[in-house]
Amino acid sequence: MKANQTGMTLIVKTITRLTVGLILLYGIYIVLHGHLSPGGGFPGGVIIALSFIHIMLAFGKDMAFKKLNQARASFFENLGAIIFLSVAIIGFAGGYFFLNFLSKGEPFSLFSAGTIPLYNIAICFKVAAGLFLIFVALVVLSRKEEE
Amino acid sequence: MIELHLLLLFMIVGAIVAVEVGDLISSVVAVGAVGLGLSLVFLVLKAPDLAITQLVVEILCLIILIRATIKRDLPLIKSGRWHFNTFSTLLFIVVFLLLAFISLHDLPGFGKPLLRVASNYLREGFLRTGSANLVTSVILDFRAYDTLGEATVLFTAVMGVMVVMRRIGRKKE
Repeated sequence: MKANQTGMTLIVKTITRLTVGLILLYGIYIVLHGHLSPGGGFPGGVIIALSFIHIMLAFGKDMAFKKLNQARASFFENLGAIIFLSVAIIGFAGGYFFLNFLSKGEPFSLFSAGTIPLYNIAICFKVAAGLFLIFVALVVLSRKEEE
Repeated sequence: MIELHLLLLFMIVGAIVAVEVGDLISSVVAVGAVGLGLSLVFLVLKAPDLAITQLVVEILCLIILIRATIKRDLPLIKSGRWHFNTFSTLLFIVVFLLLAFISLHDLPGFGKPLLRVASNYLREGFLRTGSANLVTSVILDFRAYDTLGEATVLFTAVMGVMVVMRRIGRKKE
């Protein structure tokens, strides 16, 4: 009974339980296919952040923090920045910053285009964790005092 | 081109509604309608990457705005020097339109860029990066410095929001 008191009604919770995994998978699909189809790291990351925000709106903040708490979100944000910069710095081994040092691969396949999928994944980590943190800071943390 | 003009008209009407309506929530919904119209404009202009980004960012902004304004009842200021404000606004609109009419003649036409580097990207982007999506090949290979700057801006924004909005500091265990 206690679990039902936070968040929205039972209808919203059931629909959320069915759809939130699909939203997360769609975000991951957009990130991984960023070099083949429209999309990329930024929109995919926003969609992944939206799936966690979906959980937070439907089930309340405790359930969402169980999936992704603030410390872990900051860790993922920093991890994304470090992956992005280190892939760029490894390019110095072959010549210059942001060198595309991996092989181009076969065009139109998932593992192609050298380092571009790695940059996409790094940006996805950064954007997903960063926008989730902004949402938490603007909506949850600023209300704690009023309650 | 007619659908583009219809969408622009819809966005202008939405913006005017967002400014003029009395309720805060209705204003937020009108701002969301303007954003969704912008996403459709990108789709009409054949830029699906931008359309996806605009759509998802608009949804996120709408959620944040609605959550932030749903319980607040901000008073609407009705008194004041409205004649002076209206007059100065109209004056600035006239000046802006006059200057735009003079200066916009010299801009290159729609879809005719002056810089030749863009056509170079279009010709060589696929061969040099192997990426089927040309937009990604530009923003993550040719212009990766821009993306690095954008990532830095997002990082700084998150840090600033966390510092300003966090009331209680993190305690050491």
